[in-house]
Amino acid sequence: MIELDIQLTQGTFRLDVTATFNGKATAIFGPSGSGKTTTLDAIAGLRAPDRGVIRIDGRALFSSRERVNLPSHQRRVGYVPQDVALFPHMNVRLNLLYGRHPGTSPPLERVVSMLEIESLVDREVGALSGGERQRIALGRALMSGPSLLLLDEPLASVDVPLRRRILPYLQRVRDELHLPLVYVSHDREEVQRLADYVVVLEAGRVAAAGSPAALLGSNPGTLEP
Amino acid sequence: MDVWQITRFTVACAIAATVMVLPPGVAIAWVLARRRFTGRTLVETLVSLPLVLPPVATGLILLMVLSRRGAIGRILESLGIEVVFTWKAVVLAMAIMGLPLLVRTARAGFEQVNQRYEQVASTLGAPPSRVFFTISLPLAWPSIVAGAVLAFARGLGEFGATIIVAGSIPGATRTLAVAIYSYAETGQDREAAALLVVSATIAFLALWYANRLAGRRPA
Repeated sequence: MIELDIQLTQGTFRLDVTATFNGKATAIFGPSGSGKTTTLDAIAGLRAPDRGVIRIDGRALFSSRERVNLPSHQRRVGYVPQDVALFPHMNVRLNLLYGRHPGTSPPLERVVSMLEIESLVDREVGALSGGERQRIALGRALMSGPSLLLLDEPLASVDVPLRRRILPYLQRVRDELHLPLVYVSHDREEVQRLADYVVVLEAGRVAAAGSPAALLGSNPGTLEP
Repeated sequence: MDVWQITRFTVACAIAATVMVLPPGVAIAWVLARRRFTGRTLVETLVSLPLVLPPVATGLILLMVLSRRGAIGRILESLGIEVVFTWKAVVLAMAIMGLPLLVRTARAGFEQVNQRYEQVASTLGAPPSRVFFTISLPLAWPSIVAGAVLAFARGLGEFGATIIVAGSIPGATRTLAVAIYSYAETGQDREAAALLVVSATIAFLALWYANRLAGRRPA
């Protein structure tokens, strides 16, 4: 169960998001500039709200009333930003192992085989394609043993054929690791394929929330080969 | 003529000054690049002051502070440490003159590091100190080395502050720049020319190396 009540002002932009969701994969959907990334940043602890509450399964990550603001390194929230940000001075293996934590991290072999990145482990980061970078960034986040995974437009920077190849990996993470996903998207089809709950943002506010079929129609679109 | 003694002494002092100034310089550079706080402009201005203040004036300030009646000099004297007119004063003068160059170059290096790397590292569970040592520092490293080399080169050429606070004692505090001045003033042109070649060569090589490093951009 994820409870959000985030109020945050950034220049002239005001974010006021209140939502509670319990899905396996929740999409934050909306046009650019609607506050999607800012919402993820707040959950990850990279930007503190002015007021509000952020709770995962009852654990307060942020609460202005209780004066709680856990630093991001104590939140156990995996984050794959839009530009994936693989550490350029480390090879793939060191990237994957950066957040490894004895006890909470899954075995490296399991993550590597689930994402099918066996052949990439000893490569340099600069030698990877866009889709490979996405998978490594996903693996790096999984290796930190998070209790929640945030993905910022995981498929936006890759072309359509590649999307078809990456989407199944996200579905596997969702189904095999039982790890709740919260991901940002402005792509209707992507939301329909992956999410079981959608929060629609418009100009910093929640315009609607519910099942993808109810909110975005039931046509799964053209992503399916 | 002690070309080699003077060169060795000057290079040794400049290296010592660079090593001494690296930890505080890198710390100040990081704070200026990554933290917003009141008094930030004041810190920035104070650090850069030696760049624009006449070096002789910087030397005079050091002399006043470090002499036996000065604020710090009194404490040092009670500990039995003498700084003024010793090699320590040479190192200190070089360090203070080199600090702004190191801070400016290293700061630009930290600012070039994409903050997303640091943010992602913290979401992976790395506390701020680990983020600094495993992400920020290695990615800004070429700029830090470039800044250190600039500070080193600046130290080699230090004259104004050195002559005030350390003097020109042959074999004890006389550096390349100070020796060139003394030889030129007393008409020993051959000696002056020899030292000129030495200092120009070292300065050229150091600057060339620093520029090569600064030209490398972190990914």
